[in-house]
Amino acid sequence: MSDRGGTRNGGRIGTLAEARLAAGFGALLRRDLRLAVRQGSDTATVLAFFVIVVSLFPFGVGAEPQTLSAIGAGILWVAALLAALLSLDRLFQADYEDGTLDYLLTAPAAPSLLVLAKCAAHWLTTGLPLVLLSPLLALLLNLPNAAYPALIAGLALGTPVLTLIGAIGAALVLGARRGGVLLSLLILPLYIPVLIFGVAAVEAAATGQGFRAQLLLLGAFLLAALALAPFVAAVALRQAAE
Amino acid sequence: MSARLHAFANPARFLRLARRLLPWTAALAAICLAIGAVWGIGIAPPGKPPPEGQGETVRIMYVHVPSAWMALFVYACVAAASAAAIIWRHPLGHVLARAASPIGACFALLTLATGSLWGAKMWGAWWVWDARLTSVLILFFLYLGHIALTHAFDDPARGARAACILALVGVVNLPIIKFSVDWWNTLHQPASIIRREGPAIDAQMLAPLFFMICGFTFYFFSVWLLRARAELAALRTRALKLRLLAS
Amino acid sequence: MDGIGRFLEMGGYAAYVWPALGLTALVLAVLLIASVRNARRREAELAQLEAELGRGDEG
Repeated sequence: MSDRGGTRNGGRIGTLAEARLAAGFGALLRRDLRLAVRQGSDTATVLAFFVIVVSLFPFGVGAEPQTLSAIGAGILWVAALLAALLSLDRLFQADYEDGTLDYLLTAPAAPSLLVLAKCAAHWLTTGLPLVLLSPLLALLLNLPNAAYPALIAGLALGTPVLTLIGAIGAALVLGARRGGVLLSLLILPLYIPVLIFGVAAVEAAATGQGFRAQLLLLGAFLLAALALAPFVAAVALRQAAE
Repeated sequence: MSARLHAFANPARFLRLARRLLPWTAALAAICLAIGAVWGIGIAPPGKPPPEGQGETVRIMYVHVPSAWMALFVYACVAAASAAAIIWRHPLGHVLARAASPIGACFALLTLATGSLWGAKMWGAWWVWDARLTSVLILFFLYLGHIALTHAFDDPARGARAACILALVGVVNLPIIKFSVDWWNTLHQPASIIRREGPAIDAQMLAPLFFMICGFTFYFFSVWLLRARAELAALRTRALKLRLLAS
Repeated sequence: MDGIGRFLEMGGYAAYVWPALGLTALVLAVLLIASVRNARRREAELAQLEAELGRGDEG
């Protein structure tokens, strides 16, 4: 970015534009975080949902510690998936309805950078608390001690991917009828790879095997999602605003 | 907005082409399906000796394999049409993508149903989480999402555009999903299943199978053209009504 | 007669083979018929509207 701007504009304008871009990103991130705090964010709802879904399973499959520890990783990951989905349909909704989105799309910052800022705010207010809460719930599910690092690392790498892929879906369903339900139909199939490798990492760790490969793959998903999802979501936002 | 609708509500050239092509694709579909069905189901011996006790159930392959091929091929067509719509802004792309995906969903569903019937005898269960069947199930979900998104908006043009983006996201994700499911499947080999591998296809089956695949492909093209015609007519009707309201 | 009977038996797998073939035929037929009828209805609707509009423009 800086090289291109530098050679084309003789340096000064390039860095200026860069500063404005960064300001746009930072400003939007700060605004969304502030809004989340002021409006008594989704964080509490999402965490409560996560805890309740996880605590339903012992009633469904029986409370034997062996059963729970065998399927605990799957339960935690599926619950995290659903919890992440819960708040995603409102990622752009408020901005779409009050016209802020149109304004943001005409701002000097690249739309994909704005999407990235909104995703970062969403992850910080919902994904990160999920990651931090997960060891506590793993305790309830009797997960073996060796599995904890893989669970936390996997969720830390995986939940941003859920947010980023979800952002595409959230942008696509703007203005649709029954957008929330539709979003889960669109996005859940795309979450399957993250689920598979997230659970596999925990299971490998629980049986004493290495889980580096699974985490590396989750990391690869994260990098790919970081590179592609904001761009695609920006295209979707622009066609929604047309 | 209305100018945009008009732009792809009157592609006369495509309609002329569709009208000229349709009798040919329909006739080819009928001929190929007739030959394939009679040869495959009536005449061709199911391999000698029948591949490891599969017996006559291999005849299910004459509809299962073409359905599975079509489920993938139709998704490729939806993705290509969507790419044409988004990247090159070709006005027909939206219509073609929208017209194709219900057909693809039908083929995916048929693949699952016939695979299940085959597995009921061979695996001893109506459903096993076999890597290939599971991938088709996910493909079916992707079709459902695509269809739901196209119909979720009051303005059909808006739904068509959103669905095109979704189709392209899906096509990037499909290889990743396929890879993940294969990997997951080798990890969780269910112990209760006697025979896990798919059907062995005998050399004698290939010729009738080829006719069935061609028949299914031409059938798809025929129904695709028909559905695209219907979509175009509906779009044009809508555009005309909007113009009436405006004037 | 015996030949037809044996053909229908499908080597004892009739309960699996015929539903698979029948279901495929049914789904493809229903999809085809629905598409044909839908196309006819939409095109008739359009033709009617265009005819009305044509009269409207002249008048």
